[in-house]
Formats: sequence, C-alpha cells, structure tokens
Amino acid sequence: MTEGLPPTSPADATPPPVTPPAPGPDRSETDGNAPPPSPDRSAAERWTAGVEAATAADAQRRADNAAETEPILKVTGLKKHFPIIGGFLRRQIGTVYAVDGVDFEVQRGETFALVGESGCGKTTLGRSLLRLTEPTAGTVIFGGRDISTLTQEELRPVRRRMQIIFQDPFGSLNPRMPVSDIIGEGLLAQGMKDRKQRDKKVEDSLEVVGLRRDYTRRYPHEFSGGQRQRIGIARALALDPEFVVCDEPVSALDVSIQSQVLNLLVDLRRDFNLTYLFISHNLSVIQYFSDRVAVMYLGKIAEVGTVEQLYQNARHPYTVALLSAIPEADPRRKKKRLVLKGDVPSPAAPPSGCRFHTRCWLREKLGNPERCVTEEPQLRVLESGHQSACHFAEDVSDRTVSQVVQTQDVIDTAVAADVTA
Amino acid sequence: MTATSDRPVLGAAPSTDILLDVRNLRTVFHVMDGDVPAVDGVSFQLRPGRSIGIVGESGSGKSVTALTVMRLLDIPPAEVMPGSEIWFDGRELLRMPMNEMRKIRGNDIAMIFQEPLTSLNPVFTIGDQIAEQVALHLKVKQKEAWERAIESLKLVGIPSPERRAKQYPHEMSGGMRQRVMIAMALSCEPKLLIADEPTTALDVTIQAQILELLKSIQERTDSALMLITHDLGVIAEMVEDVVVMYAGQVVETGTVDQVLLEPRDPYTMGLIESIPTVDKRGGRLSVIKGTVPSPFNLPPACRFEPRCPYAWDLCRKTAPDLFETDHAGQHARCHLHTAAGVGRREQALEAHEQAMTVGRDLGGHG
Repeated sequence: MTEGLPPTSPADATPPPVTPPAPGPDRSETDGNAPPPSPDRSAAERWTAGVEAATAADAQRRADNAAETEPILKVTGLKKHFPIIGGFLRRQIGTVYAVDGVDFEVQRGETFALVGESGCGKTTLGRSLLRLTEPTAGTVIFGGRDISTLTQEELRPVRRRMQIIFQDPFGSLNPRMPVSDIIGEGLLAQGMKDRKQRDKKVEDSLEVVGLRRDYTRRYPHEFSGGQRQRIGIARALALDPEFVVCDEPVSALDVSIQSQVLNLLVDLRRDFNLTYLFISHNLSVIQYFSDRVAVMYLGKIAEVGTVEQLYQNARHPYTVALLSAIPEADPRRKKKRLVLKGDVPSPAAPPSGCRFHTRCWLREKLGNPERCVTEEPQLRVLESGHQSACHFAEDVSDRTVSQVVQTQDVIDTAVAADVTA
Repeated sequence: MTATSDRPVLGAAPSTDILLDVRNLRTVFHVMDGDVPAVDGVSFQLRPGRSIGIVGESGSGKSVTALTVMRLLDIPPAEVMPGSEIWFDGRELLRMPMNEMRKIRGNDIAMIFQEPLTSLNPVFTIGDQIAEQVALHLKVKQKEAWERAIESLKLVGIPSPERRAKQYPHEMSGGMRQRVMIAMALSCEPKLLIADEPTTALDVTIQAQILELLKSIQERTDSALMLITHDLGVIAEMVEDVVVMYAGQVVETGTVDQVLLEPRDPYTMGLIESIPTVDKRGGRLSVIKGTVPSPFNLPPACRFEPRCPYAWDLCRKTAPDLFETDHAGQHARCHLHTAAGVGRREQALEAHEQAMTVGRDLGGHG
C-alpha cells in the first residue's frame, strides 16, 4: 500500500479493489495551468470507480502482488536484430545488432534505469520488453509469465499492466485526436466500451498528472511541451499499470519543466506503487531518480549495480568514461576528463570480443591484451548486486583512472581513433 | 517602435581592451500575430581571449542575440531597433555596410551552429567548403586554400584529413561533422568564436571530446569565445563569465563561480535548484512553476514575477533593472537587491540554500 493514502478512505472498502491511488499533495502546484488541488479522497474514489471494468485481471494482479519477492520482470538472452535490406535484389545484406543478448531483472517497486549513448539499443530494448517491436530471441517473464511467446490476443490483458511513456511529446500524440481519444484509445482497446465511463476515466487520469479535467476536448497543439508529456503520462496511467517503461521522458524538455515532470513521476511511483524502467542518457537524472542502473554499450549490458555502486565505484571502463564525460553544473568540481577515442562503432558491425575494446582506455593502459579482442566478456558478479562485463574489472580504480587522465591529449585521442576505423 | 531619427547618435567606441561590446540590443520580429521582442535591451562585454556563456531556456533570446551579432537575421521580419549598438574590435557592426560585414563574418567572427548536418552543404565535399571560405577571406590561391583546409582539419583532430577532406558531410558521424564545423570556423583564425549549442545534438562522450577540443583550441589560438547553451554543466566547464537570459532580457551576470554557486536572481536560483544532483536524491526537486510567458503577452513589470516564489507588490508595478548584488561584479535583475528587498533577500537566499540540499536532510535516498 502507499504511504500517501488517507487511512480510512472509503475507496479501500470498494469491493473490487485496485490499489487506491491518492494523488500527491502538491502535484498540481507544479503546473501553471493546473486546477486548485482537489481533496485527495474524491480523486481516489473517482479513480477506483473507473477501473471496475477489469476485475478479473485485478484478481490475477493481487495474486501477483502476494509474490513480492519475485522480480516483476525477468529478461533472459533478449536479442533484437534488424535486417539491412539493400542491393539490386532487395536482399538482406547485413544485420543491425540493436540488442544482442541482454539479461536483467527488475524487482517490484524499484526504478531500474538503462543508460547509454544513442544507438546503444536502450530504446529498442524498452520496446522489445513490451513487444512493441518483436524480439528476435530471448524470453521476457513479466509477473511470472513468459510474454515473449504469447499471441497478440493473449498479450492484450498483459499490455494493460505494462505501459510506456515516450520520449518525444510532440511526435507521440496524434495531432488529429482530442485528448479524450488519445488517452481513451487504450481504454477502448481494453474493452471499456461505455463512452461515459471512459471519459470519466480520462478526466481522472488528467487530474492525476496535474492537468485540468476539462482539457479532454482539446488537441495536442494547444499544449506546451511539459503539458504534452503529462498527457503522455496520463495515457500510460489510464490503464492502471504496474510497470511503466519511461523512454527518455524528460530529455525533450527545458530544465525548469524537466523537474516538474520528474517530480510528477516520483509522486506517481509512490502513489500507484509503480515499477519503472527508466531509459535515459542523462546520468544526473538517473542518479537522482533510480535505484539500480544498467549501462548499455552497443546492444549489451556493460555494468549493472545500484546507483551508489555505479557512481562511486564503477567497475567497467565505459561507465567510468561516461561518468567522467558529464559536465557538472558545479564549477568547484572542475575535473580533468577522461576522453574516449573516436565514435561508437556501428551496431551493424560490432567489434569482436569486448565491444568496447576499440575505445577502451584501460586496455591501452594494460598494454592491449589480446583477450579483449578474442574473448567476449560475460557479466560477472563482483559484489552483491554489482556486475561488470570486463575481463579486467578489478583493475578499474581511481588510481588507474587518474594515471590515464594525466597522459591524455584530446587531439591525439581523436587521431588515434582512425587506426581502428 | 519609436524611431528616434534616421541616424541615431552612436555612443563612444569602447576602449581597445574590449573585443565585443553589445549595448542595449533590441531585436524585434514582426510576425502575423504582432511584434515579438526576442531580444530586449541586452548588454554585455567580452574581452579578447576571454570566454562568456549565454544561458537560457528555449525562447529566451540567446540564439537571436548571436545571430544579431553576426547580422544573419532576415530583415524583415526581424528588425534591430534604433539605439542598439554592437561594437566589435573598435567598429560598430549594425551600421556597417553588408559587404564590409561579410569580410568580418567568417574572418574575424566565426560561428558554430547547433546542428552540424544542416549547416554543412550536402553537395560539396567538406574540403571544398572550408577551402572556399579560406580563398574568399584570405585571398589565397585555390591550392593554398585546400592545404589550409587540411591543416585546420588536422587541428581539430580529424584522422587522415587528406582523405576526409574529399568526403561529403553525410559520410561522417555527428561528432566528426561538428569537428568539421569547428575546423571551418577556425580556418581563418577568428578573434571571436560564437558557438551556438555546439554539443546539444551530440552524445555525452562525443560532447566531452568536442568541449575539450574547443577548450584546447581556444587556449592555443587565443580567440575569444561566446558560448550559447541551455546546459549549466557545459557553462561550468567552459567559460569564465556568464550571462543568464530570460524572456529576452539579461537577468543575471557575473563570473561562472558567482552565478552557479551563489546565484542572486530568483530565475537563476530556481534553474539551479531544479537540476537533479546527489544532494537532492530522495527529496523533491524544486520547480519553477508555470511556463515561460508568451512574447505577445509579457508580464507588465518584472517578466519573471508570475513564476517567482519571492515576488511582492513592487514586482508587479516596477520593472527591475540589473542591480549590483552583494558580490562585486555580479548583477541581478531583481528588486531583492535594492533597499526595498532587505529582509526578503535573506529569506530568499536561505530558501535557495535549503532547496539545494533537500536530499541531504532525508539522509540520501528515501
């Protein structure tokens, strides 16, 4: 149950109970156009009333809730390869290894972050989990059930429980649909045929994200970027999911709007007991927001750990470089940067062995061991919950990093990259 | 739009140790719905070899400021209002004939744009594009210009420049293209380099490469840098002085340490408070409520007043000037720093301090 819940809420007694949500106390203040905060209870009541339609699914869900210790999501060997079609006969001439063998678990109630640069496969991975793109191989076990083999029809009730918030608030809302249809479409697909009931649910979810209830007849162009992202969040929440993939939910927003949306996500996580898979390239946002982090590089996970483990004690040379690359808004922490060579290799032709070996500063320092080129490192456990896919993870320390940084020259760094190109 | 006279009286030229002196710059866009005062009374100075950062959210007027300095805006719809002056190296740019401006542009002032793909011509090789500009500005032969192009590609760390110079923009990655843009900008050894969000479109490890490159090249060539960005992290690492813009106005100026560590304008304070950091983990991020005002409907007095947590009656009646703060050289556009703000100022600063460390009180992650 959630902490923000009024203790004797009548919503608790409603026969088919979902976790009755109480909107965060001051969420609506975060938006200039938000309505005056309404009493918590009425919003919660309205909310529960709207979801009665899916009673059966909720029973299943309560059973799942009982198994708290089970991870909500377990991904094994997930791969997504895209064919490159070309040439005279339009045949497949190559493969993009967007996601290439990824294993991880997400515990119920935690926020699991995926971080990496563009092209590392983090978005594809997020979409494959929901089967918005069909994975090439691997299993996804969600709530104890393997969803990678389900048919589209079997998948429908599962989809209600896992939702996604998209990155681009301008591209992800159909400009020809009013808000009521944008949010209501999912409800309709889930069998909520009654228009009135649906509209009410739409209004409720708008209120939960701090927008006005009477916005339902408006179109996306009437909203600012931050408000659109709220609509995207409302759409995901309308179905009352347990698990939400947040695909770069704040990267398209200005800094001051970004914090509004982040606060909203934090409140919703608390109020609805949500589990997030948070995809981002912004390491400061991840550090603030998540519990555990997986660093991706070229379709594979390089390192997994808690935020503390990763940010204070990174054990993969790529993570170290990534962390060192973030510019910090604190001039006191002027650090000498560890600059990586060259660009990320193409995922259509990933390097052999360790995929990071072409840019790896540690390999260079260790005298270019052959092992990095010939043998692919597997994720291995270093300490409780901390895994790294580096043959020489034990050699990553503050001392080695500072030694490398001392001798680095930016211009040479870039020139050296051509040897491998 | 009160045209004072056809030939407004110019102020005196700045002293020679000021490279760029922007005075009361006002740029208005005349569009269908009315007039947009994109830049409204912006003034700042830049010394040779120094670096200045212009920060602001989208729509704050930071890019228009740069484009006005370069005189790259289409007039109309844009209009630079009378009374605006831009002094560069002892000459006034706004009243300069276009053919002379062209000699300065690219030669003495060069600009790097945000999107390296759209700012390069897709049908010419990058070598041709750099050589063209070198031949034009430095009046050298074609062959010499080509050699110079290769040299500048080498300078920005592009591997095998002879081969790369014969390639087209689409054959390069985003980071490489941005290097080409920098090479082009530097090929004529400008006195001032304007970089408009040079790394926004790039990944974080590539951004690190480009920023380090800009820094080392600026040191080597001793050119002045005007860096425009919304990223306070980039500002912290790259520049010495900062100008913060909001709704077309300068709201705070100072050294990078002053502005980022001890901000004095409520907008800057709010902006810095809203950045997620370790110290705030577990606590709520403070937010700047509402959104940037529409340029057609600006608040009557202080433009930040509707969103300001510290505003009072005075802020709705009188527009604040840039007042000197308790730090020498740091200015903020806020009544808190006048006699009327005594008492409130201390409260505001305390609230800011608290917002910066919300997570710490909770003992980290909650």
